[in-house]
Amino acid sequence: MAAAGEIFRSNLTELLEESHSGDDELHVLAVDDSLVDRKVIERLLKISSCKVTVVESARRALQYLGLDGDGENSDIGFDESSVFREIPVVIMSSENVLTRIDRCLEEGAEDFLLKPVKLSDVRRLKDFIMRGEVKDGEKSSLKRRRSSDDCTPSLSTTFSPMRHLCDPPSSVFSPLSPSTLSSKKSRL
Amino acid sequence: MEVGQMQRQWMGYMKSLFMEGFLDGQFLQLQQLQDENNPEFVVEVVSLFFEDSERILKDLSFAVDQQSVDFKKIDAHVHQFKGSSASIGAQRVKNACIAFRNFCEEQNIDACRSCLQQVKQEYIHVKNKLETLLRLEQQIVAAGGSIPMMEWN
Repeated sequence: MAAAGEIFRSNLTELLEESHSGDDELHVLAVDDSLVDRKVIERLLKISSCKVTVVESARRALQYLGLDGDGENSDIGFDESSVFREIPVVIMSSENVLTRIDRCLEEGAEDFLLKPVKLSDVRRLKDFIMRGEVKDGEKSSLKRRRSSDDCTPSLSTTFSPMRHLCDPPSSVFSPLSPSTLSSKKSRL
Repeated sequence: MEVGQMQRQWMGYMKSLFMEGFLDGQFLQLQQLQDENNPEFVVEVVSLFFEDSERILKDLSFAVDQQSVDFKKIDAHVHQFKGSSASIGAQRVKNACIAFRNFCEEQNIDACRSCLQQVKQEYIHVKNKLETLLRLEQQIVAAGGSIPMMEWN
């Protein structure tokens, strides 16, 4: 496990170094425990001109980002100014449970995709994210809510994507699970 | 058989699969994701689906055979199967999974066992159909033809 984490971390360092390539390519970290869905989402994203990294679990996702709390290099300064807070998170689920979806959106997810995901969903979402369409009003209300909480900022915070600044994943497509989001929160 | 004929045969077969509800629009989505750079995409996904399904069916059989049945576990497996079948457009399998989940919720073990048989049957059905379809595609490509684009409303 630790070895895998190391590989992911050095990968991330490389990504950060390569970052100023100036291309407009979105790099998406897709998380799904289904073998079939991983294959499909990867292709959907690639055909939509995204760079893709696919992992099978939230744990692997955190490892990839170097946020898993193992080893000395794990603390990449995940604070107010961290670039990770810039990453939009999109939730995917095969179940249309509004309360769950709302909760994820409240926790800071950018959008929700109902599975099975279609090409039109990915294209629409990509356009949306590329335009950085989080309204200012929405942004400040998210900020206000967070400062009143006592917890550390979560990975699922969304602000406008700063993909030009660096190239860790520009967005995270993740399986629907408020518990995943809150467990990320408590770990960070 | 010349290419045009094979293509027509393929289209006829596809149409019947849709008419009979074996496949739905999601399968066409997968076809759309295939191109010259990824000419094997559909075959690859379908193969993964077969692999995954055999594993899930094995786990399901084990789970329903237990003395003390864990309905949550069964439901989790069926949920997975429902997801993967939906992702490739295997509509009948997906629907069988939906029915299965209802009985899991009711904790009705007899109905669950019967549902498992249903799901297995539907899976075997669609597996045969897909293998036939993909074989036809192989033949078309081998003869220098391309696979027609289909629409389904």
